Amino acid sequence: MTQPAPISSDASGSLSQSLRSLLADISSDQRVFKNVPWAKVMMWVFLLGDVFVFGSFLIAYMNVRLSTPAPWPHPTEVFALTVGGKEVPLLLVAVMTFVLTSSCGTMSLAVGYGYRRDRQRALLWLLITALLGASFVSMQAFEWTKLIHEGVRPWGNPLGAAQFGASFFMITGFHGTHVTIGVIFLVITAIKVARGDLENMRPGFMTGRKGGYEIVEILSLYWHFVDLVWVFIFAVFYLW
Amino acid sequence: MAQEHGQQPPMATYVKVWGLLFVLAAASYSVGYFNVQGLLRWFLLVVLMLLQAGLIVSLLMHLAWERLALVLAIVLPPTLLLSLIGIGALDGLSTYLTRNAFFEPAVAPAPAEHH
Repeated sequence: MTQPAPISSDASGSLSQSLRSLLADISSDQRVFKNVPWAKVMMWVFLLGDVFVFGSFLIAYMNVRLSTPAPWPHPTEVFALTVGGKEVPLLLVAVMTFVLTSSCGTMSLAVGYGYRRDRQRALLWLLITALLGASFVSMQAFEWTKLIHEGVRPWGNPLGAAQFGASFFMITGFHGTHVTIGVIFLVITAIKVARGDLENMRPGFMTGRKGGYEIVEILSLYWHFVDLVWVFIFAVFYLW
Repeated sequence: MAQEHGQQPPMATYVKVWGLLFVLAAASYSVGYFNVQGLLRWFLLVVLMLLQAGLIVSLLMHLAWERLALVLAIVLPPTLLLSLIGIGALDGLSTYLTRNAFFEPAVAPAPAEHH
């Protein structure tokens, strides 16, 4: 993974300095991830697990695609839409990518305004993010409907290799589920922001934990991860 | 809580990254649209993919502002997937060769005019 130069306050020094801080963190006989809210660490651990879930899916897809002698359907043609009598390759997928990338930006704005205690703007951008996420899922539902009408099934399809349907429904279905769950939590968080729960550190409905605006940032980790996965799906499934 | 440690990136950073992500996504799409072939296609796809991933993880997910201990705990484990990619590719190719050697291809394999 490419890592642009860290601007971290901890890593602003030399390499040996950051290594020293790393060793101090790990060997301090206390909690390792200092000054990081535990909920944020838990979200990262969850996402790390999700990396392996999606990684396994994509690698399994690569494996079956390499192993089949039957011709693989051309994604650029399968996912083309006809606009004004002209076939535009991958049109719907491009729009979906555009929508999800947009929602990434709006999510970040919500995080920023939340930390700046600008409740109205944070709420607005959260709701826009939820709306973009919901429209992404709707477009995916449309895409699924179109493919199912064309006879694509998880066990076979009229276009070529049977593994195409299995990979497609499994990977995009799992990703779409993640987006759906994200939209639900965006709405829940938006309600908390609207009620002013986060200023008053009011505990959530399933926990006694007091939540401040860092819960918006933690939710944003999940949301950005969903977009990150889409970047990989877009490249290896739709563009291979 | 969280705003007391480290630093929050200025809003302008988010907007710039956002714009850059659009450009990179559009570039990825045009690789498919103009049907770039061969090694160049793969090179472009992988580079654009990793650039987008790096931008999202480091700046939007704030990893650039986290402590090294957390960064390494997140970034190092996924590198294990590289070995799984290698195993998956080897196994897939050997299955392909075995199928061609032992089964009459039910569907005649189309000539690889695509890619």
